[in-house]
Amino acid sequence: MGAAAALLALPIVQAPVQAEEPKAGGTLIVGMQNTPRHLNPAVQSGTATGFPGAQLFAAPIRYDDDWTPQPYLAKSWDISDDGLTVTLHLQENATFHDGEPIKSSDVAFSLKTIKENHPFKTMFAPVESVDTPDEHTAVLNLSQPHPALMLAMSSQLMAIIPEHVYGDGQDPKSHPQNSHDVVGSGPFKLVEHKPGEHIILEKYDGFFMEGRPYLDKMVIRIIKDCSARTIALENGEIHMTSFESLARNINRLKKNENLTATPEGYAAIGPLDWLAFNTAAGKTADVNVRKAIAYAIDRNFILNAILLGTADEAKTGIHPGSPLYNANVESYDVDLDKANQILDDAGYAKGDDGMRFSLNIDFGWPSMKANAEYTKAALKKVGIDVNVRASADFPTWAKRVSNHDFDMTWDTVFNWGDPVIGVHRTYQSTNIKKGVIWSNTQSYANARVDELLEMAGKEADSAKRAALYAEFQEIVANEVPVYWTNTLPYHTVYNNSVGNPPLGIWSTSSPMDKTYLK
Amino acid sequence: MKFLKPTLARLTYAALLLIAVLVLNFSMLHLAPGDVADTISQSMGGADAETMEQIRHDYGLDQPFVVQLGKYVWNVLHFDLGYSFFYNQPVTTLILERLPATLLLVITAQILALVVGVLLGVYSARKPNGLASHFVTLVALFGYAAPVFWTGLLLLIAFSLKIPLFPVAGMIDVTVEGNFFDYAFDIIRHMVLPVLTLSSIFLALYSRLCRASMMEVLGSDYIRTAKAKGLSEKKVVLKHALKNSLSPVVTLAGLQFSAVISGAVLVETVFSWPGLGTLALEAIIARDTPTILGILFFSALVVIVGNILTDMALRFIDPRVRK
Repeated sequence: MGAAAALLALPIVQAPVQAEEPKAGGTLIVGMQNTPRHLNPAVQSGTATGFPGAQLFAAPIRYDDDWTPQPYLAKSWDISDDGLTVTLHLQENATFHDGEPIKSSDVAFSLKTIKENHPFKTMFAPVESVDTPDEHTAVLNLSQPHPALMLAMSSQLMAIIPEHVYGDGQDPKSHPQNSHDVVGSGPFKLVEHKPGEHIILEKYDGFFMEGRPYLDKMVIRIIKDCSARTIALENGEIHMTSFESLARNINRLKKNENLTATPEGYAAIGPLDWLAFNTAAGKTADVNVRKAIAYAIDRNFILNAILLGTADEAKTGIHPGSPLYNANVESYDVDLDKANQILDDAGYAKGDDGMRFSLNIDFGWPSMKANAEYTKAALKKVGIDVNVRASADFPTWAKRVSNHDFDMTWDTVFNWGDPVIGVHRTYQSTNIKKGVIWSNTQSYANARVDELLEMAGKEADSAKRAALYAEFQEIVANEVPVYWTNTLPYHTVYNNSVGNPPLGIWSTSSPMDKTYLK
Repeated sequence: MKFLKPTLARLTYAALLLIAVLVLNFSMLHLAPGDVADTISQSMGGADAETMEQIRHDYGLDQPFVVQLGKYVWNVLHFDLGYSFFYNQPVTTLILERLPATLLLVITAQILALVVGVLLGVYSARKPNGLASHFVTLVALFGYAAPVFWTGLLLLIAFSLKIPLFPVAGMIDVTVEGNFFDYAFDIIRHMVLPVLTLSSIFLALYSRLCRASMMEVLGSDYIRTAKAKGLSEKKVVLKHALKNSLSPVVTLAGLQFSAVISGAVLVETVFSWPGLGTLALEAIIARDTPTILGILFFSALVVIVGNILTDMALRFIDPRVRK
């Protein structure tokens, strides 16, 4: 009876909701955990600068909720057949916040500044020069086809900055106008920035998109304490937060009927949790040991008991939200017998105490201590004695791992859009660089993987490219330099009075010109 | 002028102490593995070797330790606390920007704790075994024992969420517009919960101390004399006993005022109060050495000046100390 009633009720529930007309005006108040160093994303990456940065500065291209590039500051673009020339046609009425027109020379200047100062060198490495045949046309000349370029030209990654301000000869990394009197190109202009306290943004009336942004004002408040942010959301003091990752708080906020908490919007940022191995030294240099460990760890325990169902499984180094994700790889579902068998066959006999050998485990973030403790318990079952090594803070851990002084470590790493930017670095043998965190600290080297990544990096045909990445994911899954477990449970939480929250692939690192208050 | 004399010697010690604090802090921070290049690369989502080298070079971290230390001490002697690695702003500016918020919070909390603590102490000392006295002791001990961030969060849940009287975070609502009084009222609204939280620790200290010294004084001969000559209870307590029992409380308050920063870190973090405490926490997480050193230097300065002032005050008040 109940089921029948539910069935009858279903069509009514699913009736299409009338699309609401966006309303102009109002002040949106957003809470943010991390303090940005400054507000200029051309010389500072990271999501803390990305949020205000994407409001202050426009990029040539934007992405919304799928992976199709859309016009933004570039109203259209052409890619030559050989993939070596990309021509951007800029909006003609676009101006910086000081009223100066945005010209193709500013695009060339921005690209040069980013190439010289941005930490993600692979984004624009193949861009050899930029021609500016007229004020509204910028031609990028490439040394090889570079499919990652589209994502690299979006979001916070390619902020268009004014040459007449940032090209005054001062070092752009420490330019005083990175923090104050910012002259941007995006939908909002800076009113006030108190580092570590708040950032106040105001609608830029001269924005090149007619009628946008809808909001009059946006206030970004830095609230470091997670419980305080939760309470501020609950009592309506702030409208929205993003990058919330504490499972208990997320679940509490989900129950609030005035709020919506959703994991949507992080596909391009692509945050993954994983257990990385040192493949060059110690017992973990043996692929059998790594496989046995992967079989001994129960991914579902992490998803359900530690993350309380707030995150998704991830089986490879590419985020499951990406079209390039290959789910058909060895997924190492928990199998203790198999793990024991592999270790027995590889000659690691159990000693009198039931243990085969011992390993150290590190963790990069205080929140991952639970993962490390769980790993200790899980591996004990297959006779591996695990010593949990705590680090005082991030630099202490980074020093250990980047100097390859570890057996295995829990870590969180971001994809940053295209695999060329955030995935290749972990697996390419050319990127084994001591002292650099989030390089190939696993010391993983496989000639075929190197070859596949190099080819995929310049393959213009998207089907062929996907096939190359699929093969890469398969090989790496078989050799487990890293055992991937899950996506980070990032959630965007917003009051239901917020219309069009930023749930595209770049979350709040995207322009919020369409967001409005109901 | 007699009470000034030993102070000159103390000033010399103080200067030496400050330099020692600088050298020690600098060396200890240098010993910790990793540096600001790691935290900057963390905040950027990873950086290549070249960028890391550039950061170390820009901030002089690639120079020998002795050179770095020498440069730093030399600059501080010229009243220059250097540039923050993380914010790219002068450390002095950062500290001075945050100082008023911390002073407002700490001084208000201290005054509240002092006044209420003394009142409670006096009240409970008069009938040390009464029910009310036990209640005061209980409340005071609870305030002292409860972790301050927990007290803060409980107050937040009670008075921001369940009964939404006060705002959750910050010092001022940036959307408020109006005249001076509107702003003042807004700041007071934001102050209530953090001040209550912070004063809960001090309150316990002062009420316990005042109670103990009041009880001691109330048992002394001259109080008995005062009572014997027929003075009212009120006059005996407020005029004769209180004055004498206050001196240990005042000494303690002087010392507590020096602990401006240490007490505020947790409270400021829970309430996102934009003061020195949150700055210190951020600087430590970011390994922003110049800012950490600047705050430590500043705290040392406050402690030393506070102690000298307390000393001078005591010499002035109490003739016995002068000898």
